Formats: sequence, C-alpha cells, structure tokens
Amino acid sequence: MDFANFLTNYEEAVSMILFGIGFSNLLMQKNLIKKIVGMNIMDTSVYLFLALKGYIAGHKAPIVVDGVCSAEVYINPIPSGLVLTGIVVSVSVTALMLALTIRLYNRYHTLDLDEISTQLKKEGL
Amino acid sequence: MAFVQNFPFISILLSLFAGPVSSVLNGKWAKRLNLFIITVIGVMSAAVLRFVLGTGQEYVYTMGHFPAPWGNEIRVGILEAVMALFFCMIMFLCVIGGALERELEIEESKQNLYYIMVNLLLCSLLALIYTNDLFTAYVFVEINTISACGLIMIKQTGRTFEAAVRYMIMSLLGSGLLLLGLCFLYSLTGHLLMSNIKEQATLLYASGEYHIPLLVSICLMSVGIAIKSALYPFHTWLPDAYGYSTLSSAAILSALVSKGYIFLLVKIFYRVIGFDIIRESKVINVLFVFGVAGMIMGSVNAIRENNINRMIAYSSVAQIGYIYMGFGLGTTSGIIASIYHIVSHAATKSLLFVAASGITDASAKSNNFFDLTGAGYRNKLAGIAFTAGSLSMVGFPMFSGFISKLLFAQAAMENRHKIMITMIALAISVILNAVYFMKTVIRIYTPEKKTVVIDKGFEEIGFWEQPSKSAALVCFIALNVFLGLFSEPVIGLIEKGLAMFS
Repeated sequence: MDFANFLTNYEEAVSMILFGIGFSNLLMQKNLIKKIVGMNIMDTSVYLFLALKGYIAGHKAPIVVDGVCSAEVYINPIPSGLVLTGIVVSVSVTALMLALTIRLYNRYHTLDLDEISTQLKKEGL
Repeated sequence: MAFVQNFPFISILLSLFAGPVSSVLNGKWAKRLNLFIITVIGVMSAAVLRFVLGTGQEYVYTMGHFPAPWGNEIRVGILEAVMALFFCMIMFLCVIGGALERELEIEESKQNLYYIMVNLLLCSLLALIYTNDLFTAYVFVEINTISACGLIMIKQTGRTFEAAVRYMIMSLLGSGLLLLGLCFLYSLTGHLLMSNIKEQATLLYASGEYHIPLLVSICLMSVGIAIKSALYPFHTWLPDAYGYSTLSSAAILSALVSKGYIFLLVKIFYRVIGFDIIRESKVINVLFVFGVAGMIMGSVNAIRENNINRMIAYSSVAQIGYIYMGFGLGTTSGIIASIYHIVSHAATKSLLFVAASGITDASAKSNNFFDLTGAGYRNKLAGIAFTAGSLSMVGFPMFSGFISKLLFAQAAMENRHKIMITMIALAISVILNAVYFMKTVIRIYTPEKKTVVIDKGFEEIGFWEQPSKSAALVCFIALNVFLGLFSEPVIGLIEKGLAMFS
C-alpha cells in the first residue's frame, strides 16, 4: 500500500478511524450511555465521509445568490441532503435508545447491560 | 398511465398516514383501522400483481414526476407485487391471531400505540419492497428497526426492555455498516437510483478500476443486512426479542421484519450490483459458510431450550441460515429457493407462534416444555396447527417446508463445489429440526394424569372460545398446505419476477 495515498486522503482515513471507534464502542462497551455515544460517533463519521465526498475545493455552498447558475461554482449538494436525512434518522434512533435506557435505569438502577441481564436471571421471569 | 399503477405509492402512503391517525383513536378503533388498511393494501397489491402479470413488464413510477437522476422512483415488477400481497396476508393473520394476548398484556391506554407501530412497519416493508432508490431504502430500514423495537417493548416487562435494547444495538451496528457501504457505492458510482448504480457498477467492473472499494462496499452492505436479519453469529438478540414479546409481535418480527431486510439484499444483489459481480466477488461464499453454520447451530440451540417460545425463536436462526445458504450457492435457482423459503418460513413460523400460544393457554400460560404434556388434547385446534407447522419445518411432503428443502437440494446440484456440503448440512439440519419439533409434538400428545391437570389448573379450550385465534390458525394451516401442494404457480411467479430483476 502506498502511504502517500493515506496522506492525500487523510480526511477519509480519519472518518474511517472514527467509524471504527464508534462501531467498537457500540459493540463492546457495557455502559448503555457509552454505547449510545459510540453510535453517534459512528453515524457522524459516515456524515463526515459523505460531506467530504460532496466537497469540491474552491467551490461554494450550492445557494444561488447573485444569479450564477453554472455548476462549476458550487459543490455537489446531494451528499449534503443525504447527511441531513441521516442526521434526522440518527437523532430519532438516539432518542429511542435514551428513552429505553431511562426505563431500564429506573427499573434496575444500573446502566451496565450485563448487570441488568444478571438481575433478570435472578428474577427468573 | 393506468390508475392501477398508482397503487404501490398509494399503499405506502396509506399505511404511513394510518400510523399518526391511530394515535388519536382508542384501541378498538385503531385495531379496526389497522385491519382495514392491511386489507385494502392487500387488495391493491393483488390488483397490481394482476396488472403486472397482464402487461408482462415491470414499470417505473416517478415520484412527483421528476425524471430519473433527480426524482425518487418506485419500481414494480411481479416479485414486488407478490411479496407485498404475501406480507399483507401474513400481517393480517398475525394481527388477528394475537388479539387476545395484546388485550391482556398491553395497558389499556397504550393499545392504540401498538397499531401505530404495525402501520409504520407495514409502510416501511412496502417501501423496502418497492423502492428503487438505495438511500430511501436505508431510511426505511431504520423506520423498520424503530417500529420493530416498539413492537418488542410494548409489553412492558424488564425482559422486553432488555430484549429491545439488545435488538436496537445489533440493528444499529447493522445499519451503520449498511449506510457506510452505500456511501462507498455512491462515491464510486455517483448515483443513488438502483438502475443507474448498476449501469455504472458494470462499467466500473469492466474497466478493472476500483475493484477493492467495490468489494468493500458489497461486503459492508451484505454484512450489515446479515446482522439485521440475524444470520448465525449475530443472532444473540433474537431469542429474547421473539421469545418474550407479545404474540403478534413475535409472529410479525419473525415472519416479516427479517424477511424485509433479506428481500432488500436480493434487490442489492440483482438490481444494484448485478449478480455476476456478486458471484465473482466471493462474498457469497462467506454467506454460505455462515448460513450452513446457522442451520446447524440454530437447531442445536433450539434442542437445548425448554421454553417453547424461545425454542421456536432459535428455529428461526436455523431457517435464516437456510436462506443465506441459498444465496451462497450463487445460482439463480439458489436465489429462487431462498425466496420461496422466505415465503414458506413466514407462513410456517407465524403459524407456530400462534399455535404455541394456543397450547400454552391450555397449560395455564406456562411456557415450560414439561407443562405442555397433553396440551394437544386440551386445545385440539392448536395441537393440530402446531403439528402441521412442525411437519412443515421438518420438511414433510404436502407442507411448504418440503418444497423449499427440495428446491435447495435441486439448486445445490448446479454447483459442483458446494453440493456435498449443502446436502450434508440439509440432512443434519432436517434431523435436528425433527428432534426438537417432533419431541414437542409427542409431548403435547402424551396424555397427562387427571390429578396433575386439576392440580395445575389446566383448562380445555374449545374452537369457539378464542374465535379470532382459531380463524387465524385455520387460515395459516390452509396457507401452508396450499404452498405445499400448489407450489408450481408460486415458484413460477418468483422465477418470472426474478427474471425481471436483472
């Protein structure tokens, strides 16, 4: 592998590293809040990746102000639209996860998922 | 444009709007509205199927009349219409089959919330079936996940909350990977509509450039969907989620939710990447290995389980394994077998869940395997239904399970390298299935001592005591026998639909 490729595409590399961090946090943390934080890091890294893919150096945000309609001036607007949609999705999922966490915390007074499982086994339901 | 062509779009919108409307109705009316909407959508899907069969061609519906690269598209072919019709039928039966349990297990004030979830789930399933846009598919995958999570946690016990959290975590891992995969694909091809991506992907593959990113993107999407549909090593959330949620949730989750994702994977294979590239990418070999492992390990886990609901849930792991094994064969007949198995498993697994609840009702609501002794005599219809479902799962001729196993075996013949493994795995898996299903059937038809029956307060349940559940069971059995005896037309439809895909 060419190390130079990493340097020229260092933003993408960063977003992939962030994805890895978020993914492993969501998978391996025991604490529910840390899991949710991991999930947000994971989603945000994908948005970073998308935003990078839509960005063209030197071009402006795709809002027509002074009557210039040429595509040469603006960045690609579609990834920005995708990021917005993705943010809506991840916000709603985060809200749902937090609500579930609150219910579990009120019931078992812990955020540790393994601890909750042990308590459930003790209840024997 | 014929009026019928609007129906797929209308059915998505109808179920989407029925959700919020349910929130202002009380439980009873929300249920009626829900059943009405499902029926209407089922009828509309049937009309669409008839139309598509008549013209013999797929058609593309542009949303808001914006042409291809800008607007969003719905694509309708035979397979899509068949799946929509079938999903409506199963969902209708699941909703009426679990009505009694819902009234008991869900708080009075929250009854209507259940139907919001069911409506949204139906909406997202229809959108997954019909959409021609990859990012729209991702959004509806998430809606599907959220509403499925709602279905699990509506029965408010510690178990279901824990199950819902575990389900959400695994699902989010899966959808994160799916999202990353399709972002890769977007940055490679510059398109989001499936047909445009396929054009560009074919060109890209032929040019020999960017092979590794394309491969990575295929892997990410396949693994993401595999996690979401509980392929073997990622199945840990499944038994809790299916085993402890309320009856109709368990039936809907096992029969429809995971199948919606798998159908999306079929679309990605055929309509987004192209099956030739998928075959050469060797990703399907990985799916094959895990599918075979799932077929065996799911059944082994099911044998060790004493809770009947969890046992049926573990059996789902094995059946999902079958479906991925069919993908792994890498032939069109393998995919046809898998799609037939999606249909057959959806019909059988929901039957088993409803029948199991009938059996446990006759055993003082105990899920424990040993309390079920003689339950087949106490609730005759549920006993017969459970036996029919078990025979179908084991692959007894006349039932739908037999046909899908036959199709898998025939598909395996076309692949010289995988024929031995497939045949051996099928044989082992069928034997393991027989072990735990026949064990249960024998148990429910072993007469229990009169004293024990009186001691534990077991009651006899007649046909008319639970009319909705009995009706659902009769329909499920009829559906299973129909799929088993008249499989030719169904397989023909799947073949034609799949031919339209590529």
